[in-house]
Amino acid sequence: MSTISRDEVAHLAGLARLAVSEEELEKFSGQLDVILDAVARVGEVAADEIPPTSHAVPVTNVFRNDEVREGLSREQALRSAPATEENRFRVPRILNEEA
Amino acid sequence: MTSTTSGPEGSGPTELTGLTASELAAKITAGEVSAEEVTRAHLDRIEAVEPDVHAFLHVNGQEALEAARRADEDRANGRAASPLAGVPLALKDVFTTTDMPTTCGSRMLEDWTPPYDSTVAGRLREAGVVILGKTNMDEFAMGSSTENSAFGPTHNPWDLERVPGGSGGGSSAALAAFEAPLAIGTDTGGSIRQPAAVTGTVGVKPTYGGVSRYGLVAFSSSLDQAGPCGRTVLDAAMLHEVIAGHDRMDSTSIDAPVPQVTAAAREGAAGDLRGMRVGVVREFAGEGYQRGVLDSFNAAVDTLTSLGAEVVEVSCPHFEYALGAYYLIAPSECSSNLARFDAMRYGLRVGDDGEHNTEEVMSLTREQGFGAEVKRRIMLGTYALSSGYYDAYYGQAQKVRTLISRDFASAFEQVDVLVSPTTPTTAFRIGERADDPMAMYLADLCTIPSNLAGNASMSVPSGVSAEDGLPVGLQIMAPAMADDRLYRVGAAYETARDAASGSSLVDRIPQLEVAR
Repeated sequence: MSTISRDEVAHLAGLARLAVSEEELEKFSGQLDVILDAVARVGEVAADEIPPTSHAVPVTNVFRNDEVREGLSREQALRSAPATEENRFRVPRILNEEA
Repeated sequence: MTSTTSGPEGSGPTELTGLTASELAAKITAGEVSAEEVTRAHLDRIEAVEPDVHAFLHVNGQEALEAARRADEDRANGRAASPLAGVPLALKDVFTTTDMPTTCGSRMLEDWTPPYDSTVAGRLREAGVVILGKTNMDEFAMGSSTENSAFGPTHNPWDLERVPGGSGGGSSAALAAFEAPLAIGTDTGGSIRQPAAVTGTVGVKPTYGGVSRYGLVAFSSSLDQAGPCGRTVLDAAMLHEVIAGHDRMDSTSIDAPVPQVTAAAREGAAGDLRGMRVGVVREFAGEGYQRGVLDSFNAAVDTLTSLGAEVVEVSCPHFEYALGAYYLIAPSECSSNLARFDAMRYGLRVGDDGEHNTEEVMSLTREQGFGAEVKRRIMLGTYALSSGYYDAYYGQAQKVRTLISRDFASAFEQVDVLVSPTTPTTAFRIGERADDPMAMYLADLCTIPSNLAGNASMSVPSGVSAEDGLPVGLQIMAPAMADDRLYRVGAAYETARDAASGSSLVDRIPQLEVAR
């Protein structure tokens, strides 16, 4: 039985903002199914009383003094932008025409 | 691969490119050769073999020669920046650099030159190390063969039809092809050690937090670790000391002194391992392991015993679940990290024609900008983190991570270091595993536990496999912040290995036909 359906893969692609083609959907759903089957084995040993580890070394918040330091200039920040306008990032419209 | 001649007329490494980094450093310090000559020799070598190997995505000869000349001036004025000043290096294209693009092997960042230097690049420059260029890699470091690069695969100098490992196959191939004596890689699940193993070179994943991740384009933040690569253990140690150490720009950076790895490598080279307790991981053998890999590994263990080490077998019963845990945790973190590629502030933008809205432009850009493996992992991670599946996948994987750390902790109560083969097989053929993601993932079976637990780990060549004549790696694992043990054991083993075979392993790398 398959763990993940083609529709679910399409839904995931939408969530992840990936415009996948029909062909890719077909290929990915089969491959993700195989991978999920294999990785699901983690459930065999992960008993309730075992605490989860998110980080291998203990990490705590690191604070520093709020000192003024030189950052990127406007020019540097915009240099790699796909589009700019009036010294700002230009983005495509956010809402559709009819909205 | 038939020619055995060397020098500018032939195809082998020249007098300078055949030397190790420590040998080059000594010659530069003694004034026997200039950093500029050394750099020029490596640039010539790159030009000669790149059509066959394709280890580099960018080479910046002009900048490299300028850096070399600065190193020469500094030395002439009696203020060499570091022991490695003037020695050339190949940098994985996942570190930001202000003088070269940083593509991560992806169309998404094809034309991106970052506005700031990574800490690793900055420390290399401060040390006077000459950055020759940026090396090829699996896209965003996701892969085990470098075939996932958007800019074409890298070829293994031992056999050009085979992969150089991945994700850092460009760095390992550059070393094996004598294009650079030093390289930098990153290791999230084995991307330094596995390429080192299949190219007969040395690669080290330091303790997590040992080397700053600032300016290292993130794949899986709780696992990513930068580290040194070289053709010898001593070279890797010298480079380790240049790049390691606390960085206030990385909040996971360890604020403690760097382990004395160069001293450990020199001590180890004396060949005495008495008092060193070595544990052989019982679970890393058997089905799925190539015969020649196991034979080479067993011979390496015998060598360690002959050097005085006390060798025992150790069981790490949860290591078999490491691969599954990794392929849930890493994709989960990647799905979050790669959300930053949204086509708005930098990188590729597709479909900005006035017709498509922002969300559509994001989707079209990510469709065209990312390759198949990156998309697979983003979707896998999105799935594992989604409500209803989180507990069954990501949550369980985090518990397995605890069990792996406990296995290591209990093993390190009995022994000082653990050993295993670095990879189950030697280098596979280009294309062989391209359509079978699970088969590809198995290449990292032995390396992943150290990423999950955050401890230090090295791959050092243990010779070649009898069936195919291709290199095999010996993996050495040490507790967190005991990186020096890797170097002591690795250097001792390396010396004994070369003494037994009567020649240095690097001298056995096949010569390349120079494309003309």
